[in-house]
Amino acid sequence: MKIAVCVSHVPDTAAKINIGSDGKTLDPNGVTFIVNPYDEFAVEEALKTKEKIGGETVAISLGGNANKETLRKVLAMGIDNAVLLKDDSYRDSFSVAKALAEEIKSQNAELVFFGKQSVDFDNSVVGQLTAEILGYNCISVVVSFSLEGNKITCEREIEGGKEIVETTLPALITAQKGLNDPRYASLKGIMASKKKEILEKQPAAANNSVEIISMKKPAPKQAGKILGTDATAVPELVRLLREEAKVI
Amino acid sequence: MANKILVFIEQRSGKIKKSSFEAVKTASDIAQKISGSVEAISIGNEIENLEKVGGFGAAKITHFKNADLENYSPSAYADIIAKYSTENNIDLFFFAASSMGKDLAPRVAVKTDSGLAMDCILLNCESNDIIATRPIYAGKAVIEIKLTSPKKVFALRPNVFNPGIPTDKKAEVSVVNISSPNLSVKVVDIKKSEGKIDVAEADIIVSGGRGMKGPEQFKLVEDLAQVLGAASGASRAVVDAGWRPHSEQVGQTGKTVSPNLYIALGISGAIQHLAGMRSSKYIVAINKDKDAPIFQVADYGIAGDVFEIVPAMIEEIKKIKS
Ligand SMILES: Cc1cc2nc3c(=O)[nH]c(=O)nc-3n(C[C@H](O)[C@H](O)[C@H](O)COP(=O)(O)OP(=O)(O)OC[C@H]3O[C@@H](n4cnc5c(N)ncnc54)[C@H](O)[C@@H]3O)c2cc1C
Repeated sequence: MKIAVCVSHVPDTAAKINIGSDGKTLDPNGVTFIVNPYDEFAVEEALKTKEKIGGETVAISLGGNANKETLRKVLAMGIDNAVLLKDDSYRDSFSVAKALAEEIKSQNAELVFFGKQSVDFDNSVVGQLTAEILGYNCISVVVSFSLEGNKITCEREIEGGKEIVETTLPALITAQKGLNDPRYASLKGIMASKKKEILEKQPAAANNSVEIISMKKPAPKQAGKILGTDATAVPELVRLLREEAKVI
Repeated sequence: MANKILVFIEQRSGKIKKSSFEAVKTASDIAQKISGSVEAISIGNEIENLEKVGGFGAAKITHFKNADLENYSPSAYADIIAKYSTENNIDLFFFAASSMGKDLAPRVAVKTDSGLAMDCILLNCESNDIIATRPIYAGKAVIEIKLTSPKKVFALRPNVFNPGIPTDKKAEVSVVNISSPNLSVKVVDIKKSEGKIDVAEADIIVSGGRGMKGPEQFKLVEDLAQVLGAASGASRAVVDAGWRPHSEQVGQTGKTVSPNLYIALGISGAIQHLAGMRSSKYIVAINKDKDAPIFQVADYGIAGDVFEIVPAMIEEIKKIKS
């Protein structure tokens, strides 16, 4: 079986975010990019599934040349093949999902893993959109995954607990932290990944329905009062919470 | 365009979630500005107090009923909403961006060919356009967006929009029995974390970090949470150390929360942690390092030892509560 995993290339979570001069985009200066943290869980689950049932894994990423860095990293973790859907232009989640769905279809992948969210635009929707476009069954925010024959059972994180969800192949799963412990790339894996070819393809042009009007930093929060250094400050703290903030 | 708005009413165990009332109220405020109308849809088995959505501004609610739909089924729920929307010429969809709403909204968007604005924290109208504000980069920036598609889906971050005080207006309730729903994806069971409030839904959160020194000392975090009726949360450092479950992690790779009050105990305030909680209405920090970055976002702080201050807080709060 062909197993696909879709990965995105995002600003490091430690990065300071600055806005570009157009007031609508991220200023990439000085920002390092990483494999989207949730996608590492997706990659690990794809690898574990292949180890169990055999088959072939392919990673797909949509974006500019820089995304090759992320593809190399997941190849080094053990993914067999990589495809870059090369497009530098702005795409909303829907346009991303359409391009990914197209590629998944042409790869004939029956099982697909995504991260539950990309930590740039934080929409948490590309997996579900892609599945819906493909007509695949989809379970999102998954913390445990099992495949027996055609049948899939997952635990999905919800407020205050977990849902046990069942479905069948073809399916798309979005990974939440807790699903597994992503492996580190071995030296051998890193060497092998350098020799692998990343297939470049041109996705169909974007057709966006989300127009960005502005991008701003949130209003800075004013640092508040330090009320003291020991327990004698506690009555004043509790009084402020009650009388000034009115939250308790 | 008639601007017909459909609000999805989420239920768990037959009870409507508060975030759905927030969505109805917000939809009805928007409807007034764009001369639209608001109706609601619910899916499940028995659901209590459906007519209550009337008090928040929905004139009617249609309840699609089937015993197999008591738990969530993404496939069935999306099909039902899409079919209803075609039959009733819906233009705009409102969801709460809860775990169910985040899963369902994009599916409905594909089925109805709608643009999608997720996790909105503010909606404004400008000459009949709805401008949505939403955080990106875990709240390190915000964008204003406009959907250019004819049909539109908005999912609202829970606990941000004020549901206001409901009127005693009752919505007209119609019940439609559904036979053989599409259960290709189906929740077969729910495991609840017993007796605990989830950080994503709490009005008050008490979180502990590495400064709590070890898993046993989290008893203090839980005790303070208990006297406040709060949820307990954690930094990633203590989740990765195995002191706390992942479901409690607040931050960029955990949960994004915006409670009325967030109390950080022995948490340094790394950028990834701040990303998840900085939009809390009030923030209190207890940390023995007065230069810890958490104090830069805290409204009130005590630069001292958690093991001295937290017990005193518990006593003081018990005192005022009795
Ligand atoms: C990709 C990525 C994603 C991440 N995502 C998240 C995330 O989602 N959430 C998150 O929280 N972190 C996240 N992090 C980790 C983050 O960078 C920090 O490492 C983490 O938040 C630190 O946790 P902490 O504040 O508990 O520990 P520390 O930074 O070690 O801080 C402990 C604090 O406790 C104080 N302290 C010690 N003893 C006492 C005492 N007796 N009384 C009072 N104060 C005391 C110290 O002064 C210190 O400030 C992420 C990191 C990466 C790389």
